[in-house]
Amino acid sequence: MSTVTDRHATTSASTADAALSVRHLWKIFGKGADSIIGTPDAELSRAELKEKTGCVVGVKDVSFEVAPGEVFVVMGLSGSGKSTLVRCLTRLIEPTAGEIVIEGDDVTRASQSQLRELRRNHASMVFQHFGLLPHRQVIDNVAYGLEIRGVPKKERRAKAAEVVELVGLTGYEHSYPDQLSGGMQQRVGLARALAGDPSLLLFDEPFSALDPLIRRDMQNEVIRLHHELGKTMVFITHDLAEALKLGDRILIMRDGAIVQVGTPDEIIGAPADDYVRDFTSEVPRSHVLTLKWVMHEPNGDALEGPVLQADQIVKDAARIVLDHQGPCRVMEGDKLVGVVDDEDILRVVVAEEEVKP
Amino acid sequence: MTTAVATPPQPAAVEPPPAPPEPRTLPRWAWALVVVGVWIVVWSFTKGQDTLALGAREHTDLHNEFTEFRDAVLASRDTNPIIQFTYQLGSWFTSAVEWLQRMISIPDFPRPVPQIGWIGVTAVATWVGLAVAGWRIAVLVALSFFSFGLFGYWSDSIDLLIVTFVAVSVAILVGMPLAVLLGTTNRAGASVINTVLDIFQTMPTFVYLLPIVLFFGIGASAAVVCTLIYALPPLIRIAGHGIRSVSGMTIEATDSAGQTSWQRLRKVQLPMARKTIVVGVNQTIMAALSMATIAAYVDGPGLGGPVLSALSKNDVGGAFVPGMLIVVMAVMLDRSTTAASEASEKAARGRIDLRKRRIVLAAAAVPVVVALWASRTYTDLAEFPENDLGSSIADGVNRFVDWFIDVFGGVTEWFKDLITYGLLNPMQDLLAESPWYVSAAGILALAFVFGGLRALVPAVICVYGIWFFDLWHDAMITLNMTLVGTVLVMVLALIFGVLMARSRYVDLLLRPVLDAGQTIPPFVYLIPILALFGPSRFTAILAGVIYAAPVAIKLVADGVGGVSSTTVEASRSTGATTWQEITKVQLPMARGSLVLAANQGLLYMLSMAVIGGLVGAGALGYDIVLGFSRSEEWGKGACAGITIVLIGIMIDRVARAAADKESVTHDPTRRPWWRSAMG
Repeated sequence: MSTVTDRHATTSASTADAALSVRHLWKIFGKGADSIIGTPDAELSRAELKEKTGCVVGVKDVSFEVAPGEVFVVMGLSGSGKSTLVRCLTRLIEPTAGEIVIEGDDVTRASQSQLRELRRNHASMVFQHFGLLPHRQVIDNVAYGLEIRGVPKKERRAKAAEVVELVGLTGYEHSYPDQLSGGMQQRVGLARALAGDPSLLLFDEPFSALDPLIRRDMQNEVIRLHHELGKTMVFITHDLAEALKLGDRILIMRDGAIVQVGTPDEIIGAPADDYVRDFTSEVPRSHVLTLKWVMHEPNGDALEGPVLQADQIVKDAARIVLDHQGPCRVMEGDKLVGVVDDEDILRVVVAEEEVKP
Repeated sequence: MTTAVATPPQPAAVEPPPAPPEPRTLPRWAWALVVVGVWIVVWSFTKGQDTLALGAREHTDLHNEFTEFRDAVLASRDTNPIIQFTYQLGSWFTSAVEWLQRMISIPDFPRPVPQIGWIGVTAVATWVGLAVAGWRIAVLVALSFFSFGLFGYWSDSIDLLIVTFVAVSVAILVGMPLAVLLGTTNRAGASVINTVLDIFQTMPTFVYLLPIVLFFGIGASAAVVCTLIYALPPLIRIAGHGIRSVSGMTIEATDSAGQTSWQRLRKVQLPMARKTIVVGVNQTIMAALSMATIAAYVDGPGLGGPVLSALSKNDVGGAFVPGMLIVVMAVMLDRSTTAASEASEKAARGRIDLRKRRIVLAAAAVPVVVALWASRTYTDLAEFPENDLGSSIADGVNRFVDWFIDVFGGVTEWFKDLITYGLLNPMQDLLAESPWYVSAAGILALAFVFGGLRALVPAVICVYGIWFFDLWHDAMITLNMTLVGTVLVMVLALIFGVLMARSRYVDLLLRPVLDAGQTIPPFVYLIPILALFGPSRFTAILAGVIYAAPVAIKLVADGVGGVSSTTVEASRSTGATTWQEITKVQLPMARGSLVLAANQGLLYMLSMAVIGGLVGAGALGYDIVLGFSRSEEWGKGACAGITIVLIGIMIDRVARAAADKESVTHDPTRRPWWRSAMG
């Protein structure tokens, strides 16, 4: 837990470099929503507030920062406010209160034309149900963002063709969306978001409507694109496995509020409360946890044997540790931080076996 | 008459069980029977008193005041800015129509013929058909235009097309911005627009005519204005709905790319709503055609004129030929707009070789230009050759009708008498021959029983209005015709609707017939019915039933067909008989559609009751028709028009309130209402 807060504190300090920073963001739906924030009513739970005022909290005092190039996953069950949150970031939904800064520009105070400028050039979004234009061919769907910016037809088609190739849709430029499978339609959605060359990509449960195999392909596609293009991404999902697979850091939401923010191993290794613990109970821990979470103090053990790094995943280190008789050293850089032995490894792996039916 | 009353007027009351004693469980229909029973008892003591009957040419002070108001308006036409404005507007419409007429339909003095003769017009129309909808439609258009000339109604047909064209052009110019407004405004704004449209669409066509004549005079201008007013609501409503129904997700997704609201409208909402907008335009064209026909009553140019004059002379053959041409025109316009939208859809998706199409069109343009030139240059080619095909068909039809009446007259008379004495007269006796306060109380009580307070309030206002306009007796007769007609429509709708929903073959067979039926202007229905049954109330009712049946049948069929097949399957799995399946599952679950069908049937019947004023429907319809033809009757006609509107609003409000109440209190475990009614 302490690790989490520390990390949160350190990122807060580096506001100036953040690609996206959100401070005390609120969204309350209903009449008189403005007047609730700052009053004791704001502290009420979602159900109590609905009972008392008829208003519904979508996002409740959320603050976080996303570093450039980071993949930041917001995770929660349906109704947790995650989709509202991501829509507030470019004010597709007007936030009730708070501050959003994207690359130094204050989104919350932007005029309508500044906001359009932001949406055209800086932040693009990919939607769960694609939101493609059925009357346009793939290439013109992809070029749509460029078209509304006023890019001439030839130029925008050339650019769109590049992006279509990038997402692996070559050959389908002149198809219409209803001629494509769901996965291919979402590639079009992805291409459309990429065509404007934004620095920030927002994904709203983009793969939830796809079947599992296609979903896995698309996740790998996002990972590949992230490696190639290095864009900052905010990724909304209700799927924990997806969150763990993609996220550099994960924000878990419940009832509009933040429950925990942390790296995948922090979420698994130090769940903030029972809700998160319950949530993460079925995750194969050896696949997520790093050695840092399983090592113990080197009190008197013989400091020999293989050297392992603290951020190595348990699963990957298991073979080395089990092959070696006795404890292995765990280093963070050149510094010895602990040792790990067979028992440490087996505790994680075997516990998993017990959880699984 | 008194003997006939022994049969209670409600068909459901044929086997009336004594209503259960405890009022808490008394179903609404039982309450209604109680009301009707009390009404009958009171009626038997008081019939003939205070019926407020008014002779055909009698008027009251109120009617005279209306006539004076009309005279005052006409007298002030040189000074009154409103009249000057409307007359100015009207003169623009008139000059547009007349210019087009001189171009293609009537002699353009000093020429003995129009600027472009029939060959040229037909060639251009055919080419347009080819360009927008392909060669099949081109053939249809060519044959249609040819038939206009062949049967001897070239000018009238083209005039009707011109009025329709001018009115539709203005309707699109005015209607599309309003549709966009309806499609993009917030919910409050949309409900305001919808309410206004509701009022317009509940108003029977005829009611527009009298005030329009006042403000626009008679002739082409009045024809264009009433056609425009009638044709506008469907476009606004359907196109607005289309724009409104564009997927919110797509709008959000494209908004997130930073589009302006103009870009959103032009690149997302309008293209995605295109199909629906085209449907709206199609509906507008069909509505315009039917109203432009009726505009013959205000001396509008077109095919309505010969139909009207033949009908008023009871000359069925004479009405048949122009009536048939109206149908031809309706089918032509309907098919071409539908096909044009399909063709443009294909073109938009790149399924048509544009280069090849351009070559074909250019090649086809050559004979068109030749035809144009020839029909301008040679007056012989400008006029359709004289022939007596039209009049010999008219004679043939008259002979056939005479033969038919000779042979089957007994059957038609029997049917007519059955409905007239079995249903029409008893109900009319009760409604119109009761003292007015008894009828009023009865109507209000029924409104309350069916729709509760929400129905009672508008009913009180409307009943008061009907009484106020001094045509109570006529209003009751018209109301009665409307109700009887609606009962017949619903019987048809239930039988055929259920059949269509349950059998794919019946659906395949009937649906095209119904679709065609819906495109035919209501006016035309009068012709065959008049031939079979002669001028009477029954003729008007039957024409109304035929006019209203297609829409009601389709609503019921779609409603019953829309019932979840899982539910039907589940009921079948419990061993329900077909009859049980229909009455216990399909009809109750399609109740919303049934109510809507009844509501639509009522409104269609009401407008036909007025059009039927010409063929012996009498009552309010006759008052209105007389108001057109006799200037001293204008006030009475206007009052009759307002009364019709009040009846329409009352019926509409009560039906809606009844439907809403039913759906609120509806408990699926309870028996459906018609079963309760039958005990």
